[in-house]
Amino acid sequence: MPDIRAFFWFFDFAGTRETKQVELTGAEIFVRSLVEQGIERVFGYPGGAVLPIYDALFQQDELQHVLVRHEQAATHAADGYARSTGRPGVVLVTSGPGATNAVTGIATAYMDSIPLVVFTGQVPTALIGNDAFQEVDSVGITRPCVKHNFLVKDVNDLAVTIRKAFYVAMTGRPGPVVVDIPKDVATARAEFHYPRRISMRSYNPVTKGHPRQIKKAVELMLSAKRPMLYTGGGVILANASSQLTEMTKLLGYPITNTLMGLGAFPATHRQNLGMLGMHGTYEANMGMHNCDVLVAIGARFDDRVTGNVDKFCPTATVIHVDIDPASISKNVKVDVPIVGPVDQVLKEMLKVLKESKKKPDADAQKAWWKQIEEWRDMDCLKYDHDSDLIKPQFVLEKLYEVTKGKAFVTSDVGQHQMWAAQFYKFDKPNRWINSGGLGTMGFGLPAAMGVQFAHPKETVACITGEGSIQMCIQELSTCRQYGLPLKIINLNNGYLGMVRQWQQFFYDGRYAMSYMESLPDFVRLAESYGHVGMQITKPGDVEPALKEAFKMKDRLVFMDFLTDKSENVYPMIPAGAGQNEMILV
Amino acid sequence: MRHIISILMENEAGALSRVAGLFSARGYNIESLTVAATEDESLSRMTLVTRGTDEVIEQITKQLNKLIDVVKLMDMHEGPHIEREMMLIKVRAAGPAREEVKRLADIFRGRIIDVSDTIYTIEVTGTSEKLDAFVGAITRTDIIEVVRSGVTGIARGERALHL
Ligand SMILES: Cc1cc2nc3c(=O)[nH]c(=O)nc-3n(C[C@H](O)[C@H](O)[C@H](O)COP(=O)(O)OP(=O)(O)OC[C@H]3O[C@@H](n4cnc5c(N)ncnc54)[C@H](O)[C@@H]3O)c2cc1C
Ligand SMILES: Cc1ncc(C[n+]2csc(CCOP(=O)(O)OP(=O)(O)O)c2C)c(N)n1
Ligand SMILES: [Mg+2]
Repeated sequence: MPDIRAFFWFFDFAGTRETKQVELTGAEIFVRSLVEQGIERVFGYPGGAVLPIYDALFQQDELQHVLVRHEQAATHAADGYARSTGRPGVVLVTSGPGATNAVTGIATAYMDSIPLVVFTGQVPTALIGNDAFQEVDSVGITRPCVKHNFLVKDVNDLAVTIRKAFYVAMTGRPGPVVVDIPKDVATARAEFHYPRRISMRSYNPVTKGHPRQIKKAVELMLSAKRPMLYTGGGVILANASSQLTEMTKLLGYPITNTLMGLGAFPATHRQNLGMLGMHGTYEANMGMHNCDVLVAIGARFDDRVTGNVDKFCPTATVIHVDIDPASISKNVKVDVPIVGPVDQVLKEMLKVLKESKKKPDADAQKAWWKQIEEWRDMDCLKYDHDSDLIKPQFVLEKLYEVTKGKAFVTSDVGQHQMWAAQFYKFDKPNRWINSGGLGTMGFGLPAAMGVQFAHPKETVACITGEGSIQMCIQELSTCRQYGLPLKIINLNNGYLGMVRQWQQFFYDGRYAMSYMESLPDFVRLAESYGHVGMQITKPGDVEPALKEAFKMKDRLVFMDFLTDKSENVYPMIPAGAGQNEMILV
Repeated sequence: MRHIISILMENEAGALSRVAGLFSARGYNIESLTVAATEDESLSRMTLVTRGTDEVIEQITKQLNKLIDVVKLMDMHEGPHIEREMMLIKVRAAGPAREEVKRLADIFRGRIIDVSDTIYTIEVTGTSEKLDAFVGAITRTDIIEVVRSGVTGIARGERALHL
């Protein structure tokens, strides 16, 4: 017979605790563990199952809690925090609906390999499986979208489980980890010991690439006539952009970055051909298609990048550096696989390169660059500068100028995301924050909050669309509460533009449900939350408005740009086509 | 090709669902799956039979290895190995058929483990093919119930899956 109190678990039985001096409650252990782990902030939302934890949070001041307005936003904010710092993001939500609301954010982080630790409250252990109030099988629901998850059934296991959760989330290929904590575990007592180090016999991420493979790869790179470096999010996750930059400059080879890899090598550098893939540049995609040696580093040959895999890089010998063996030869057969962390592998490659007597083939490079420059001269990102309507590309070019390329930029999902990726030139890593793998509308605003918390003095801009912003618009309230001076750039085309573009190209212009009716007055909406709202309707007002907005250092400014409704993202590789089969305009 | 993959996993709640979930989420097929504890209580051993091209099998083993609770695994087909499955089969055995069923069981080295006036229950162990052959040899309408354990396997000689 379970403890009768269990059936009234949504009431607190704070008065009935026995106290032993050395022991802490699970809730206190939770707080102490995070502090020991070096965590300064959790993003969360309270509820019955986590009341004991919130009570413990209330009674201390080492750990800040940020109250969001929806649990999805808590995960995205923690995610933005993680992407902009390289440190893990931490989330705390209640059982049942709290956990299910967090799932979209967890899946978003999972697809982009972002380290999060998400704590979900759970009904007391005695009630698990009883369809108790606000019970949901959080471990079961999240299993397919976490790197790992834990249900803590005994308070004595709590600290070590939290330690394991951070270890798993942050090492190897990073990812989100869920820790489900039943309410009675949070109130039970145990001695507190947070292990400094942890080892798990079943989990030993690779720490070093194979030296022979590295040598082989370098030799191949040096013998290339038409080389291409294709780098991705793994370089940023490994904090290896300095090594990548050094090696790329040393070789003098062209480089292209995935959507997730922007900023790992300076976008303004001549060797950078910009993004590749479905909406990548002509020069990057043609370079890929025609190269003879492809060096993939921390990139996972996603279908948005490869297009039709049967037509992908038909003449290339492929080198692939990745920490996850399962990424290698998953979509595209790899000739020289190197399993290991990018930073370490690149360090080794640089060493071998510098010691090598062989140098890149200068004549071949000259010819290759001549070809690439011809492709570059196509100026594939050109757009109409004389339009009476605001072109979204123009807003982004101006944004880049006004912020001097130094802002942290988050994005939602859609056309505006692609334009941001094409037109904002990131010279540094961790500054471009967007949902690539899952493509989660609603990501931009909460992610920007996480970035601003991590970098209170920096400029943070959120590029969004009138569709996406409405998926987490409630967070304007959170921004108000914490005084986050975000700059929201709403590229308002009155359409779910990316959907509309596909319908125009592939469904004969049957615009099913891609028109956004009954939009709110975003200016008054922003004002009602206590922020500054602006609407910009003429191209001539774009730059002055941006300047004015970015001068307001301590205010959130919501800028509603009414843009050309019919603009499309170019170039575009249609689904099923090869990289050399782009639609240009 | 058909592969037998043996897995040593941490003996944690939910270990089985992680493996089953991986297979369903990624669309890999599972022909059979068995799980039981080992001599080391902290570990459980799982044997699964799957089918796929070399590339698919490579992805399957990589994805399995990626599961945090998986300590070690072995694709039996990387070397010589022994495969066994056990079957209990309940067969109508009355009149002239009774002697015939007994004879068949003997041929397949089966053991009759339960007897009634009209029924034999037979235990047969061997490769899955052998069990299939035994089922095939018995008149279909005489079969009352078949229960198979799923495949287990072990490598020959020095090769072993242990910590
Ligand atoms: C509307 C829309 C359009 C898109 N269009 C494009 C497009 O045109 N072009 C494009 O590129 N993308 C596009 N994407 C994004 C695309 O869906 C993928 O998210 C993206 O291409 C994946 O980037 P990546 O290969 O860098 O891999 P990531 O998802 O960043 O994965 C990182 C890889 O690095 C590895 N890794 C992680 N850490 C390390 C480490 N420490 N050491 C070594 N390896 C490590 C991982 O195992 C993984 O294989 C689009 C997305 C959306 C929503
Ligand atoms: C949560 C979610 N639902 C649906 C989609 C599919 N989708 C991708 S882009 C897009 C349109 C986005 O519209 P908007 O935010 O206005 O951006 P635009 O493309 O107009 O710039 C939709 C609906 C998605 N990515 N995420
Ligand atoms: Mg839109």
